[in-house]
Amino acid sequence: MKKYSAFAIAREALRHHTGWTRAWRDAQPKKRYDAIIIGAGGHGLATAYYLGKNFGITNVAILEKGWLGGGNTGRNTTIIRSNYLQDPSAAIYEKARSLYETMSQDLNYNVMFSPRGVIMLAQTHHEVRGYQRTAHANALQGVTTEFISPARVKELVPIINLDGPRYPVLGGLWQARGGTARHDAVAWGYARACSDMGMDVIQKCEVTGIRSEGGKVVGVSTSRGDIDCDKLGMVVAGHSGHLADMAGFRLPIESVSLQALVSEPIKPCMDVVVMANTVHGYMSQSDKGEMVIGGGTDGYNNYTQRGSFHHIEETVRALIETFPMVSRLKMLRQWGGIVDVTGDRSPILSKTPVDGVFINCGWGTGGFKAIPGSGWAMAELMAKGRSPLTDAFGLNRFQEGRFIDESVAAGVAH
Amino acid sequence: MLILTCPNCGITAEETEFHAGGEAHLTRHGPGASDDDFEKYLFMRENPKGVHFERWRHVYGCGKWFHAARDTTTLEIFGTYTAQTSTVPQDIIDKITDRRPDWQPPETA
Repeated sequence: MKKYSAFAIAREALRHHTGWTRAWRDAQPKKRYDAIIIGAGGHGLATAYYLGKNFGITNVAILEKGWLGGGNTGRNTTIIRSNYLQDPSAAIYEKARSLYETMSQDLNYNVMFSPRGVIMLAQTHHEVRGYQRTAHANALQGVTTEFISPARVKELVPIINLDGPRYPVLGGLWQARGGTARHDAVAWGYARACSDMGMDVIQKCEVTGIRSEGGKVVGVSTSRGDIDCDKLGMVVAGHSGHLADMAGFRLPIESVSLQALVSEPIKPCMDVVVMANTVHGYMSQSDKGEMVIGGGTDGYNNYTQRGSFHHIEETVRALIETFPMVSRLKMLRQWGGIVDVTGDRSPILSKTPVDGVFINCGWGTGGFKAIPGSGWAMAELMAKGRSPLTDAFGLNRFQEGRFIDESVAAGVAH
Repeated sequence: MLILTCPNCGITAEETEFHAGGEAHLTRHGPGASDDDFEKYLFMRENPKGVHFERWRHVYGCGKWFHAARDTTTLEIFGTYTAQTSTVPQDIIDKITDRRPDWQPPETA
């Protein structure tokens, strides 16, 4: 792999950019791998990357039925934060957030991590108390957050309307080192690093069956033939239930569509991420100038990657209350992604009833921010059989009643 | 936007008049049930890619619950039927097999 650097750009500029090579190899499936990861989205690629980097397991294939990062990795609103209440969630999300800080250097790939700060608005007295509690919990967890006044909110976000018609802004939970990153670049950067370690990133390779013998996984059947493996990681978000069905077990998961939209590009007007959970709208401004807006989920199971129009209406209504200037904006694009939502709205990183099969799913509406931490923990789980970061997120918690009482992946703002 | 017909009051309306209530025909396990059964009832879901039986409530109408058969990949609604049943009526199964000849009714239906 050629290292990307300012020097490399200068050198290529002098020879008409003829020296750039492909960022990752277009690999063909081999007969057997030590580990196979199903799903070449952010979480799957990160899992493979840390299997290689932290545990030296590099005989790995990452199988993707579509194209790299073409699912929710390329469909989210790119928000990164770790201001969660419960210890297990704060631990894994803060691990992820801290890995984002150095990801560009680590991968030698610019993921454009922008720690511009995230505000979650408190617009009811209940929310004020809730966020004050979260700020105290975060202090104990070593996550830097702060409960701020409406005046400070206005200072950070001049375009905000503090005295909205329904829910005035009463304060906010501020995480100064939260922010955004370029979502596609996260997938591409990990893919390039995985390929460089000798792993095979295989696109257009759909898993059609999971083969096991005596309760232990031996391989997968795919649209490009059978491939053997010792360990199998399922990291496919919305289609997790479909894969689990192939392996012969069920998941406490339902798949719904979550929508997002972006406006036409305008000049810089808001340099932080704002989330208004009560009225339900959240917004940030991309480097291109588009306002990136997160919508809501439908109440019913859906695999269509589009959602109901009335949810967009609700989101836009909430944003116009909060930011009156957006009423003059035209929206450019709208899309949906299939999110996998669990019974307690927290993710699952777990062993499964099939020996050698591990699952990472249930991130629901909040997966992008977790990518590096999720991959780090999942790699440890696959390599060593357990990880302190995943202990609380096992499948058995639903039977044992150890729920993680937090709307990590609820159908609400993320 | 889904368009549903409430079998209780006969009104056909857009989905904003209704509220989705999750998977239908769950077997309700209570006190004395095994941990497996209780977990299954509370959390395990079919979540199929394709035909799904689900509960809906006509919240901004008659307020009553009913069942619907819908395809989660095309959003096509095959039909709605009463909530006073623990099995899928034959006429709904017929409507689905008309449109999806390869479809097999699940064991729970």
